[in-house]
Amino acid sequence: MIVKILGSGCKNCETLADNTKVALKETGLDAEIIKVTDFQEIMAYGVMSTPALVIDEKVVSFGKVLKPKEIVQILDKVR
Amino acid sequence: MIIFEWLNSQLLKMEWLYDLVTLLVRNVFGLEVNSKAGGSIHFFIYDVVKIFILLSVLIFMISYIQSFFPPERTKKILGRFTGVTANILAALLGTVTPFCSCSSIPLFIGFTNAGLPIGVTFSFLISSPLVDLASIILLASIFNWKIAIAYIIVGLVLAVIGGTTISKLKLENYVEPFVYSNKMPEIEIEKLTIRDRIEFGKDQVLAIIKRVWLYIFIGVGIGALIHNWIPESMIDTILGQDKWYSVLLATIAGIPMYADIFGTLPIAEALVLKGVGLGTALAFMMGVTALSLPSIIMLKKVVKTKLLVIFVGIVTLGIIFIGYLINAFGYLLM
Repeated sequence: MIVKILGSGCKNCETLADNTKVALKETGLDAEIIKVTDFQEIMAYGVMSTPALVIDEKVVSFGKVLKPKEIVQILDKVR
Repeated sequence: MIIFEWLNSQLLKMEWLYDLVTLLVRNVFGLEVNSKAGGSIHFFIYDVVKIFILLSVLIFMISYIQSFFPPERTKKILGRFTGVTANILAALLGTVTPFCSCSSIPLFIGFTNAGLPIGVTFSFLISSPLVDLASIILLASIFNWKIAIAYIIVGLVLAVIGGTTISKLKLENYVEPFVYSNKMPEIEIEKLTIRDRIEFGKDQVLAIIKRVWLYIFIGVGIGALIHNWIPESMIDTILGQDKWYSVLLATIAGIPMYADIFGTLPIAEALVLKGVGLGTALAFMMGVTALSLPSIIMLKKVVKTKLLVIFVGIVTLGIIFIGYLINAFGYLLM
């Protein structure tokens, strides 16, 4: 599983990345976290509000700093 | 009318808090509020507490409204209109779309890529930080309703005229080409329940307070300093009503600064109390919120220097003009 955090590197994106790490640990899923900061790449996902969370190339959330609990729910759904 | 006046003085101006802090300063600090030290302490405590209370309540209510207008939806709404109507709508939606300076670039790309004229996007980008719903209520609390309404009107007019001018100049070529390169895919806007929206409101209150509390403390601190320690004659020499350069100076000082409108308001308040023209104080506030070095640097990534200079130039001239206008007619608002 590949998890991407889209965002220009502001504080919100950092928080989302940290929360994602916590959620991944909790679910015990093996995933690689990639931070995407390049606007051109972010654009390609159709995202206008950052930070956004992408799991296996699918945008699952945008414009929100998800809490670990919410990320766990999303992970449960997609796996 | 009596009920409205009571609501206005107690809930908005928080006179009960004013009196409470007066008692606190007198009995706990042992100082009179009209002494220098007592006055500063009073200004600081009263303003900090008032701003934090108003801010929390307001952000919650406003976030609830904003949850209906994510940028993706705003983009779709704007796409249905053309000409000045689109600019006016962009300026209005700018006041209710959740926005922070770090998301301005993806937003710019999203709007422009969807085929919105760049002038419409700029109308949005000018009004969004400048005319914020929360700032209007705070203006009404610190000054009065007339000033708050005048502020909204000039802010929106500036956004519409600024954006329209940029449209007329046909500057589409000065956007970085990658913005147009590939059509961005549509993503689905998720449906929110009432509980989701309440949750969003709570998150926004926490996130915004966390982001701005320091600016508020610094702003109120500077305000208290101006209010009681800096001699009126000194402020008068630099920013006095009769000095033709006061608005110019206030705007140019404000532009590179990056602060929230909530941190800037107490400074504007203290300046007006010291006899500085209302237009001068508001020009300073608008300069701080509408433009800042970090946001200009961010924009540089998607537009070429010429367009950036035109944008900053139009907004700066607009603010200076508004400053002189309000200084000339401000007596109607007080």
